[in-house]
Amino acid sequence: MSYGVAKKTSPVAGTVAWISALVMFFPIAWMVLASFKTEVQAVQTPPLIIFKPTLINYRDIFAEASYLHFAANSVVIAVGATLLTLVIGVPAAFAMAFYPTNRTRGLLLWMLSTKMLPAVGVLVPIYLLCRDLDLLDSRTALIIINMMSNLPIAVWMLFTFFRDLPKDIIEASRIDGANLRQVLLHVLLPLVMPGIASTGLLGIILCWNEAFWSLNLTAHNAAPLPAFIASFSAPQGLFWAKLSAASVLAIAPILIFGWISQKQLVSGLTFGAVK
Amino acid sequence: MSATPMSAGGPAASGATAQIVKRPGGGVRTLPLLAPSVALLLIWMIVPLAMTLFFAFRRYNLLNPMIHGWAGINNFKYLFQDPALLHSLLVSVIIVVGVIVITIVLGSILSAVFSQPFAGQGVARVLMISPFFVMPTVSALVWKNLLLDPVNGLVAAIFRMVGLQPVAWFSVFPLASIMAILCWEWLPYAFLILFTSLQSMDEEQLEAARLDGASPVDIFLNIQLPHMSRAISVTIMIEMIFLLSVFAEIYVTTAGGPGYATTNLTFLIYQRALLAFNVGGASAAGVIAIVLANIVSAFLTRSVGKRLEI
Repeated sequence: MSYGVAKKTSPVAGTVAWISALVMFFPIAWMVLASFKTEVQAVQTPPLIIFKPTLINYRDIFAEASYLHFAANSVVIAVGATLLTLVIGVPAAFAMAFYPTNRTRGLLLWMLSTKMLPAVGVLVPIYLLCRDLDLLDSRTALIIINMMSNLPIAVWMLFTFFRDLPKDIIEASRIDGANLRQVLLHVLLPLVMPGIASTGLLGIILCWNEAFWSLNLTAHNAAPLPAFIASFSAPQGLFWAKLSAASVLAIAPILIFGWISQKQLVSGLTFGAVK
Repeated sequence: MSATPMSAGGPAASGATAQIVKRPGGGVRTLPLLAPSVALLLIWMIVPLAMTLFFAFRRYNLLNPMIHGWAGINNFKYLFQDPALLHSLLVSVIIVVGVIVITIVLGSILSAVFSQPFAGQGVARVLMISPFFVMPTVSALVWKNLLLDPVNGLVAAIFRMVGLQPVAWFSVFPLASIMAILCWEWLPYAFLILFTSLQSMDEEQLEAARLDGASPVDIFLNIQLPHMSRAISVTIMIEMIFLLSVFAEIYVTTAGGPGYATTNLTFLIYQRALLAFNVGGASAAGVIAIVLANIVSAFLTRSVGKRLEI
């Protein structure tokens, strides 16, 4: 059907699209630029566009601001919470996708509804529980909370992946004489891995950028990167270059993750309603 | 959408295969698989909710142990007499409605523009969606300092260059400035979802419309926009969930001020609970937040839930 007519590129649409894309990306680009300036250059007016780049901010962020401490917290919290989410969510999504009953729909919608509970509505009890359990400023608390708030999204996303898999494959391999363990390991696992991987990626992105609980439940010991960056808000007009360098380091890994997985993110972020 | 095997046929069509797959061999019990998720989410939902409700009727201040006992409905009475509450609700609504309208309108137009073929489309799309992956504290601080600062910010420099007086955005237009940050964060999301939904559009239908002499605007309004309706409603739902609890952007830029100008309900509760240590009052406000969210979510799950394929 498509042979013959080659798609014509549209110059008007292209111009509008490129201008919008550059405008949207500009704040990030400007921040990257500022991260290679000295503090004096960063606040200079008119703003410098051409200058001799320096790595001093990056050095300072590592040396003085103990960036690695906060980055390690972010990694532990994001990876820990995401692994827990998958361990708990995969079986549930599998059960609902492969053995649906007439209660499955209601159950899924109920899970979605727990996501709509505003975090701030339970801020007080969670804060007090953490205080009483000695979990304030602990990574454990953030891992549990991130796990809980991402579980509904993860189950939905996994469900939409599993739903589209061939259902009779289990039955077929059982007839061929495979035992349940073999079926799980050699038949199902390779099939479900892509879905689990994308769900994990989305989970890590959401945890990495989570700010509400990070700001309210941590001080220093367990503070992840969003809280570290927020600490730059205090002295006005100071340390812009350092702020930029810290920000670049904080968003770079997730930006790259996001670029790689944008297709899969759509189905996760819309609870499978758009593919 | 048509690729989804279980959508159109519904339970009737899938029933036949489900019969066969169900209970292979000795019978599969799904309860142990489901139980952890369901139990955890139940606890996560009920325990803090019950505690919030309980504290909302208590006199409880973290700094003053002498204050205790039942408060009856006093926490709610004070709250409703407090002009800050009504104002914070208004701020929440302005943020949610304003950002959703702006991002959906711009997002749907841009997704139609991007669905035309042009050079470097892939790269442009990646640049376009990038802000969504920036953590909220970073985007807020970059906007507040590097871009909008009245003395050293880039916008101020441009203003001076063309002979205008620089504006202290976060003092003069505090709410609009925060909404600008939020739109920058959420436009990529709306764009990504709507653009993806346009990808499933029938190319021949568009071609036919073009041959019939339809203008791009006609095509957008009469063909592409209706096609995106389901994606739009899902986008509204997700944005509403996240925008109702905007916090970090306010925390690092205006801290709710000047006055109460940018204090939304989330920030009000944070102030009452963790800055004023008034657990009772904060919990009462929390109950209000939960009731409101439930009204919104009942409405949303009814309208959007029907559109979700299961």
